[in-house]
Amino acid sequence: MTHPLQLTPDGRLRHLLTVEGLSRPLLTDILDQAERYAGQPSSNRGSRGLKVPLLHGKTVVNLFFEASTRTRMTFELAAKRLSADVLNLQIAASSTSKGETLLDTLKTMEAMQVDMFVIRHEASGAAHFFAQHAAPEVAILNAGDGRHAHPTQALLDVFTIRRHRPDFENLTVAIVGDILHSRVARSDIHALRILGAKEIRVVGPRTLIPAGIEAMGVTVHNDIDSGLADADVVILLRLQKERMVGAFLPSTGEFHRDFGLTKARLAKLKPEVLVMHPGPINRGVEIEGDVAYGERSLILEQVEHGIAVRMAVMGMILGDQGDAA
Amino acid sequence: MSAFLNNLLIRNARLLDPLAGTDSVGDLAIRDGLIVSVDSGPFEETFDAAGRWLIPGIVDLCARMREPGATQKGTMRSETHAALASGITAVCLPPDTSPVIDNTAMVNRVNRIAKKAAGAYVHMLGALTKGLGGEALAEISALKAAGCVGVSNGLNPVASPLVARRALEYAASLGMTVHVVPLDAALANHGCAHEGAIATRLGLAAIPVAAEALAMRQWISLVEDTGARVHFGRLSSARAVELLASAKRLGLPVTADVAAHQLFMTDADLEGFNAMAHVIPPLRAASDRDALRAAVGSGLIDAICSDHQPHELDAKTNPLPQTEPGISALETLLPLSLRLVEAGLLTPLSLAARLAGSPAQILGLSQGGFALGARADLCLIDPTEEWRLDGRNMLSAGRNTPFIGETFSGRAIRVWRG
Repeated sequence: MTHPLQLTPDGRLRHLLTVEGLSRPLLTDILDQAERYAGQPSSNRGSRGLKVPLLHGKTVVNLFFEASTRTRMTFELAAKRLSADVLNLQIAASSTSKGETLLDTLKTMEAMQVDMFVIRHEASGAAHFFAQHAAPEVAILNAGDGRHAHPTQALLDVFTIRRHRPDFENLTVAIVGDILHSRVARSDIHALRILGAKEIRVVGPRTLIPAGIEAMGVTVHNDIDSGLADADVVILLRLQKERMVGAFLPSTGEFHRDFGLTKARLAKLKPEVLVMHPGPINRGVEIEGDVAYGERSLILEQVEHGIAVRMAVMGMILGDQGDAA
Repeated sequence: MSAFLNNLLIRNARLLDPLAGTDSVGDLAIRDGLIVSVDSGPFEETFDAAGRWLIPGIVDLCARMREPGATQKGTMRSETHAALASGITAVCLPPDTSPVIDNTAMVNRVNRIAKKAAGAYVHMLGALTKGLGGEALAEISALKAAGCVGVSNGLNPVASPLVARRALEYAASLGMTVHVVPLDAALANHGCAHEGAIATRLGLAAIPVAAEALAMRQWISLVEDTGARVHFGRLSSARAVELLASAKRLGLPVTADVAAHQLFMTDADLEGFNAMAHVIPPLRAASDRDALRAAVGSGLIDAICSDHQPHELDAKTNPLPQTEPGISALETLLPLSLRLVEAGLLTPLSLAARLAGSPAQILGLSQGGFALGARADLCLIDPTEEWRLDGRNMLSAGRNTPFIGETFSGRAIRVWRG
């Protein structure tokens, strides 16, 4: 299934709604663009101090219907480093229930001559909805819609992996935890498939693995030891505390016992294994504290790369072509 | 398009009488709203059907008119006239209007509104429980006396199997059929899509097949116990078809219908977050659709209904999970069913049975055939006329249909209501 909605007729990015359907060259192009902003892997300088005039005069609105700190901050930093004007709007679900529909919100903001909306919303398909209804000159960047997609997170994840292991065709990647509710897992799976990863596994109890996920090109493991065996990359997902309600799991303790990445489990893995997490982490639940910032962990690198990847995407959508960086 | 006549002779029609089981070219006469002998002339008017198909007026087992309670979506006038123009001479209204049809005053009120609208005839299901709350029985005897043709709890759950059993016993003692949409609310869990690869990829909250199968098993067990008559509405899965078959094999007094869209769409229609494909029960897999089609063909599923749910534009203008489910479906019920004839699944006669004969019998109406003295609700079909569904030409106030732009072959070209 392709999503022509997010592409221009000549195949460039018009919006970014999902990783699904992106071609390998386009995805690789995004990662290459991000490299220009990310700084040298060893420099630890990243995009700090960087200011590019690419989006000078453009207005980007972060429209967040769900609480978020780090994702919104990295989008804001990315836009500012590209010299765009940035507005942040945190809209509680209650204010849309006052009578203003989502469409009203979009149209009101459009009237303020906004060039791009960065949108996070609780409903799967929200970004598609906005893209379908947006004026032709307005771009939509999906910052997470329900359980469906979180494309920039997936791009920064594969960007981070690529910096350490560009040989995707040799990689076995295990995604561990609450797959059912995770837009990160879905977007990671698409991105890893497009880049030709050898094997993608989803690992978790049956209650947190959605039906028919094999059709996305993954293998399902309900046991962490088989799921992590020979893995080159382990992506842990945040376990929301509210999953204890609704009988998905008995307790965070039992989840940690059966699926947490502990030092003992890490010791059994390949020595060069990469450990990742989209954050924010739950220490002692999906990951043991020592592992989170241990030498195999790329968690802070991911955060930093988030800015570069978001700069790349914003620049490709809003910047003049050929002008980038 | 539709007409109310004192007397008329329809000549040279292909008469499809599902109750008599006959398919023959001939004449049919109407006097004072009833079918009479063609020898009882003279007649004021003669109509030459030119060999086109005449079936008893379509009886739609589930159509929401939206009045009273949601007139921004449709009115009794707009919807009953949309029905009539589409060959549907009678609709059966579920009790989930606002307020709920759980007392005789509401039955009388709906009857008054329907009479004034003067479109398709409106039959009603009364509420099975007070306020559709699922706890206390509604006054089913009074609802029957007021004219309800059955009782139902709509899509609202019944509190417990004990309440369900007592409701069946009570309804059975009154000879009332209980209409059930088998969907366990706890398992459905506010989902909006069939549980499977597509809902998973799109991140949509899923409704497992077990939500339907579990509910159906429970109701069938209670039918076994009570002998009460149950009609299962809007089946969506192959599993439900199997359960229906086994119940019928046991000789249990159960019947079933399916919404026409379930015979032509699957969960793949949700791609791109298409809110027009958001229906409850959800569109399921191709194998489910195929099992439903086969069951309609064999007659295991007795009837095809529209499950008409017109909406205002705003109700579908949201991210898919936040849209209201349902399709404006009156105007595609017959055209979609005609595709089943074209596909060889139905004969013209069995088409008349699924749309008119069987639903009339399920509701206990003295129509659905051409017997002398029966109500002269009639629908003349041109099975070959090519046309395209254009939202601007729809008579229903709701334009929420995934079939806009599609080409159909055949439709009702003349409708008489007795």
